[in-house]
Amino acid sequence: MSETPIARKPAGRAGRSFELPEHLKVYRGVWVFIEHDRGTVNPVSWELIGEGRKLAATLGVPLAGVLMGGPQEPLERFASEAFGYGADLCYVMRDAVLAGYRNEPFTQGLTHLVQQYKPEIVLLGATTMGRDLAGSVATTLQTGLTADCTELAIDASNRALAATRPTFGGSLLCTIMTLAYRPQMATVRPRVMSMPVRTIGREGYIVEASLDLPEHAIVTKLIDFIADASSNRINLAYADVIVSGGKGLKNADNFRLVRELAQVLGGEVGASRPAVQAGWVEPERQVGQTGKTVRPKLYIAAGISGAVQHRVGMEGADVILAVNTDPNAPIFDFAHYGIVGNAIQVLPALTEAFRRHLSARQRQAA
Amino acid sequence: MHIVVCIKQVPDSAQIRVHPVTNTIMRQGVPAIVNPYDLFALEEALRLKDRHAGRVTVLCMGPPQAEEALRKCVSYGADDAILVTDRAFAGADTLATSYALASAIRTVGTEQAVDLVFTGKQTIDGDTAQVGPGIARRLGLQLLTYVNRIVELDPVQRSITVERRAEGGVQVLRTALPCLVTMLENTNEMRFADMDQMVRAARFEVRKWNREAAGIQDPAKIGLKGSPTVVSKVFGPAARSQKSETISLDQSTARDAAFTMVERIFTRNPSLKHDLEERMQA
Repeated sequence: MSETPIARKPAGRAGRSFELPEHLKVYRGVWVFIEHDRGTVNPVSWELIGEGRKLAATLGVPLAGVLMGGPQEPLERFASEAFGYGADLCYVMRDAVLAGYRNEPFTQGLTHLVQQYKPEIVLLGATTMGRDLAGSVATTLQTGLTADCTELAIDASNRALAATRPTFGGSLLCTIMTLAYRPQMATVRPRVMSMPVRTIGREGYIVEASLDLPEHAIVTKLIDFIADASSNRINLAYADVIVSGGKGLKNADNFRLVRELAQVLGGEVGASRPAVQAGWVEPERQVGQTGKTVRPKLYIAAGISGAVQHRVGMEGADVILAVNTDPNAPIFDFAHYGIVGNAIQVLPALTEAFRRHLSARQRQAA
Repeated sequence: MHIVVCIKQVPDSAQIRVHPVTNTIMRQGVPAIVNPYDLFALEEALRLKDRHAGRVTVLCMGPPQAEEALRKCVSYGADDAILVTDRAFAGADTLATSYALASAIRTVGTEQAVDLVFTGKQTIDGDTAQVGPGIARRLGLQLLTYVNRIVELDPVQRSITVERRAEGGVQVLRTALPCLVTMLENTNEMRFADMDQMVRAARFEVRKWNREAAGIQDPAKIGLKGSPTVVSKVFGPAARSQKSETISLDQSTARDAAFTMVERIFTRNPSLKHDLEERMQA
């Protein structure tokens, strides 16, 4: 048979132990690495504080933020923001070698903190910084790391972190646990978790930490930082309205229909992986596991079947409208509204309908 | 200059299908390819070799049939190809994989010292981006991830300057060899393999290393046994409790369907309508 069951039973194979050794039971608490650059915290860190708050509450342990940076950086201000979003304490490590992200000093710093304070869970954003750092720290600590999780929970039977992520190119989901090692590490992509509400005046405490690492001991030097021109940055992840097109549009020319609807709604254009692979639209607009994760107020999917790979990138949208010729397409399993029909016909009609509805109100106001 | 490029053979994920009832992967007929991200690493290594002379070794951990992926890399111009293959590697997660690959690179280094290791940004089947950093850490190599351009390589000073993709910009980093570079996609274009190279690749003797030959010291650190992570469940996504409210064009024109749908969405989600109107006015 060509079909191989993939949910293999791990237990009992290769003599693996799934029991947490006694010396690792002292690991306690949930940590979030707070990523910042040039004066601002990456919002993914607050999203993780929000998620970490829930995990910490389930476990009955404190939630800590980890802030590392140079002498001039406003780490205390970031810490008070972290308290507002739900952290109970922050570890603040300040050192000249931590001004600007570099793998070596940050790996040493975070590794030292973990070894000293022993958290059971460490979460990082799945950004170019977080993934670079998490991979190095997990290897140094010889522990498990699960990338790009879409769901985090605590397994009631063993208090382990149950980290769910898409697998097999985004066709299925799997839940991964690190049972006999600590800490349990995971990265989560921006926008996968919702932004928590900030409580002004909520307080916490700071634990100062130091890193005894002279600059001459670090081989890699940061020579320059070239900021992206803001004009060519597409901020799909934080867009409020996204109109996405897929294979059902048939060709690059028809993608214009997606752009027209997006324009009427003041939204961004997105795309499924097949549409990007066909070269109809730039790769920065891909929504899904290998593209961007989005949480708009309105997501319109035109000619997209709704494979898991796409779904995990957009199911956090408040309102999802799908247009597809196939009434059995998976997208109708999780879209809120659907039009069964050809996107090439339906898109212009939607553009017209939205334009009328929205301008009617404006005329009344005038 | 000796450059090692780590590659992986992966199923072409665009062609993976899942059985709708049993949630099992239907592998039949899914072609195996060189992980597309790794080709950017290979091409960059070949360009450095063109410029500075030297040797490019491709290294792959995988089942015996992964030999084909290595042969493909030889056809593009790699000088040597090593397949690290042993049943004991089965079930390895990223930590166990980086241990096995790091051991093999150390062993390659006893033949000729390694100056640079290249990997792709990530694989298309695992998508973790963890093995590159893992190898660098284990070998004590300087790590340069998400590199979109090699600005300069100075073999005499043994230094390398790169542009690294960061959030909101590009970092320019300079470091010393040996180092490990994970190459970003679309940073170069893979050369064509000419007929002579394809013939050479077809006849090429890919070296096959088992656990011992790869120089693995600690068998407890490889395969399933050396993997801290445990896959506890594989499943298909659940449908929402309510199916979507649909209108079919079988019963109505596109125009009517669109008007009815927009009306319905705005009636049920008045705040969405309000937000959209604000946007229009802004």
